[in-house]
Amino acid sequence: MVDTWTPAAELGHAMASGDASAEEITTAFIERGQAVEEGIHAYLAPTFERAVDEARAADDRRTRGEALSAVDGIPLAFKDVFVTKGVPSTSGSRILDGWVPPYDATVVARCSEAGLPMLGKLDMDEFAMGSSGENSGFGGARNPWDAERVPGGSSSGPAALVAAGGAPWAWGTDTGGSVRQPAALCGIVGVKPTYGLVSRYGMIAFASSLDQASPFARTVEDAAMLLQLACGHDPMDSTSIPDEVPDFLDGIDAGIEGMRIGVVKEFQGEGAQPGVRTRVDEAYKRLEKLGAKIEEISLPSFEYGISAYYLIAPAEASANLARYDGVRYGYRAPADDIVTMTSHTREDGFGDEVKRRIMLGTYALSAGYYDAYYGKALRVRSLIIRDLEKAYEKVDLIACPTSPTTAFKVGERTADPLAMYLSDIYTVPVNLAGNAGISVPCGLSPDDGLPVGLQLIAKALDERTMFRAAHAFERDFGWISSAEGRPPL
Amino acid sequence: MSTTTSDLYETTVGLEIHVELSTASKMFCGCGVAFAGEPNTRTCPVCLGMPGSLPVVNERAVEYTMKIALALNCQIVEHSLFHRKNYFYPDMPKNYQISQYDYPLGSSGVLEIAGGFGTTRVGITRVHLEEDTGKSQHIGGSGRIADSDYSLEDFNRAGTPLVEIVSEPDIHSADEARVFVTDLRALIETLGVSDVRMEEGSMRVDANVSVRLKGAAGYGTKVEVKNMNSIRSVGRALEFEEKRQREALMAGDELLQETRHFDEKTGATSSLRTKEFAFDYRYFPEPDLVPFEPSPEWVEAVRSSLPELPVARRERFVRDYGLGEADVALLTTSRATADWFEAAARAYGGDAKKVVNWIIADLFGLLNEAGIELPQSKIAPEQLAGLVKLVDGATISGKQAKSVLVEMFASGKDADAVAREKGLEQITDSSAIESVVDEVIGENQEAADKVRAGNLGTIGFLVGQVMKKSRGQANPKLVNELLRSKLEG
Ligand SMILES: [Zn+2]
Repeated sequence: MVDTWTPAAELGHAMASGDASAEEITTAFIERGQAVEEGIHAYLAPTFERAVDEARAADDRRTRGEALSAVDGIPLAFKDVFVTKGVPSTSGSRILDGWVPPYDATVVARCSEAGLPMLGKLDMDEFAMGSSGENSGFGGARNPWDAERVPGGSSSGPAALVAAGGAPWAWGTDTGGSVRQPAALCGIVGVKPTYGLVSRYGMIAFASSLDQASPFARTVEDAAMLLQLACGHDPMDSTSIPDEVPDFLDGIDAGIEGMRIGVVKEFQGEGAQPGVRTRVDEAYKRLEKLGAKIEEISLPSFEYGISAYYLIAPAEASANLARYDGVRYGYRAPADDIVTMTSHTREDGFGDEVKRRIMLGTYALSAGYYDAYYGKALRVRSLIIRDLEKAYEKVDLIACPTSPTTAFKVGERTADPLAMYLSDIYTVPVNLAGNAGISVPCGLSPDDGLPVGLQLIAKALDERTMFRAAHAFERDFGWISSAEGRPPL
Repeated sequence: MSTTTSDLYETTVGLEIHVELSTASKMFCGCGVAFAGEPNTRTCPVCLGMPGSLPVVNERAVEYTMKIALALNCQIVEHSLFHRKNYFYPDMPKNYQISQYDYPLGSSGVLEIAGGFGTTRVGITRVHLEEDTGKSQHIGGSGRIADSDYSLEDFNRAGTPLVEIVSEPDIHSADEARVFVTDLRALIETLGVSDVRMEEGSMRVDANVSVRLKGAAGYGTKVEVKNMNSIRSVGRALEFEEKRQREALMAGDELLQETRHFDEKTGATSSLRTKEFAFDYRYFPEPDLVPFEPSPEWVEAVRSSLPELPVARRERFVRDYGLGEADVALLTTSRATADWFEAAARAYGGDAKKVVNWIIADLFGLLNEAGIELPQSKIAPEQLAGLVKLVDGATISGKQAKSVLVEMFASGKDADAVAREKGLEQITDSSAIESVVDEVIGENQEAADKVRAGNLGTIGFLVGQVMKKSRGQANPKLVNELLRSKLEG
């Protein structure tokens, strides 16, 4: 019997040595997923039969000595934001209910080329707008640590499934923290790579200049491996970086002796829950113990990050979501004329948060307001980039909490959008700057016994330094491989 | 229109011209560019605006646009980007159009035109690149979208590269506008970057027309005229609009700032919408594409690759062939016509004016009747040269040649073949004629004696007899010469 808490890297070794087959591994994850589904509601569209078929094909390849990769046959799951050929893809929205894409996203295709069976499509906040999963048009996933609580969002389903041991890893997307924040709230690893490192082709757009495909896993090494499989230039995405991608695992064990890590002065004060502060402060001490030099840095522009983000992201979204008009695909409201049809389709098909952001973005781009809102937000974005560049003259990495709080109760923030938006206060600046960030578990909060995440932010394209530090921390901490790192579900 | 009216008022016209580029593939995807075809057969996720799809710029389209801009003496922008232009219409897949906004590829150009009005330098405000929409067909009702029973959408055209050329309001009459469009069409045709067929919509012209009192400080109320589907329509629509506005002003009426639709059948314009419906397009930089900077080397390479442009060609026709301005204007309305003339002149080798006369005096009439352009006719340039040579060699008379040309035009046969078939070919072989001449002298001794006696008037009778015997095929001049040498000698 395969233990679904085993990291993918180890499962790969087990397959190579003949101790486990891809079919056994895949079946184990399917069974675990089915067992926890009632508690976490992670799946929108399971593709279990297909996964088993793909696993068998992987076993055949391995028997013939033609394995496509070291992890050929280890299954994965996708946030429903990725389009999958022949499998419904909704981006969590009723407006795309019933749409079956005719093509695969580049990330999906590359994982398939590496032989990873697809377990299915997972729940999310509608069009990736949200920090709790509650904005899903199809229910909403729950946190495996406490089913009364949210898993975070917008990549709610993948975070819940991986944290519950229902998948070794999964792809989400991170636009303002949508992978790092749920990773923190569910006690797993979430990586937001440098903007442009992973192709956006086939990722249903929310905010094009911020969206980035981002992996979840239970260990840093697994997250690095999954990222490695799908990153690299894609001619179908003009914003994808043409540079050669380094091997993320190369030197991941090298430790952090002498590494300079900056802690953000502006994030030290109030805002974060005491229990979160306690665990994050302990994490800084552990990094110091491992040889890092911790110093305080100032990023004054960061406090405007949320404001800028909530102008730029909705502005882009207002255009990106204009195509959902009932004309070509997805839901169409019955009506006698085009104007009524389009407005009823959007009225019925979109949820409240999506409508709120479309209106915000439309307003921010309107004649006479552009400069005051969108234009100013772009200037803040430039300031954040400048502040970060200055900071990296002094430090190699920046450390701060991933989320100011642990997982909150379902319904707690739905009536207060601003409180919800502040969930991403520590993650949003990283997307605005295009840098890489990782959330790695740093224990359970003494306040409520729920997971806390430490965020490490690297320079653009310096994922290796980030993985090295996160891996050193994780190994020394040992939490994820202990019983405490597994949710009670 | 009374002289008084035209003395009091002046007309101002600015043109906005859209040209579909004839690149092999569309602006942002690999689908083919072509006219018509089975609906929705040249489409893909990108040009259908499917969720997750992303645009990639077709560099050839940028190069073609640069050719147009350079040929119009524009400055090429150093730093350019695409914007999103937001508005809803069912034939626009994304409900935004990727276009250029404040950094058009070309700007500050000029096109000099000449005609009955003298010479006018028309400023070119901008030349920019965008994508075309699909085509809607509204079934039922008035044929407009609002009251139709249903609409059919064909996205074959969606995403075709489209260049927008905007002129300064430097045009002051319908005639100038007509010549501007004619010359611009010839210029673009010469560049080989578009089919520029107004009937097929690969060239579309909109006009901004206003009339003001001469010497007035500001422009008059601007009216946009649409739906002019041929160069002739441009002239008619603007003549109508100029007259309508002048008469309204004369009558003391106020003009509305509006968009008016030209009706080919009635020759009149009618109101489409007034300014209250002005759109706010909410332009913002397209985040799916990266800004681009045409390198000076690229710009120079494109500049040096430009073919001979119509203005230069006209000058050369005057200089090298000794043609008059009026003839040159007729020969250079299109690149194909000018090419055809040059090929004929080359094949002929003699005085090109003779070829020009045949083209203008005869061929153009036949083309007009057939409703086709020179390149579509069955007759090849070399064949026309052959005809002129037959006349030169006195094989056929000029009058006969005209009927030969009609037959050549109908059948595509060579001139000598037609002449032979028609039995028109004159016998210029003196030995063949000599025997007939001898026969005639033998049969008409009396008349021959009179000639021998110096009565030269009788020679005409003998010539007539020879012509009769040869059924008109003998060359009369040659017959005359032979008779004289035989009888006077
Ligand atoms: Zn296409």
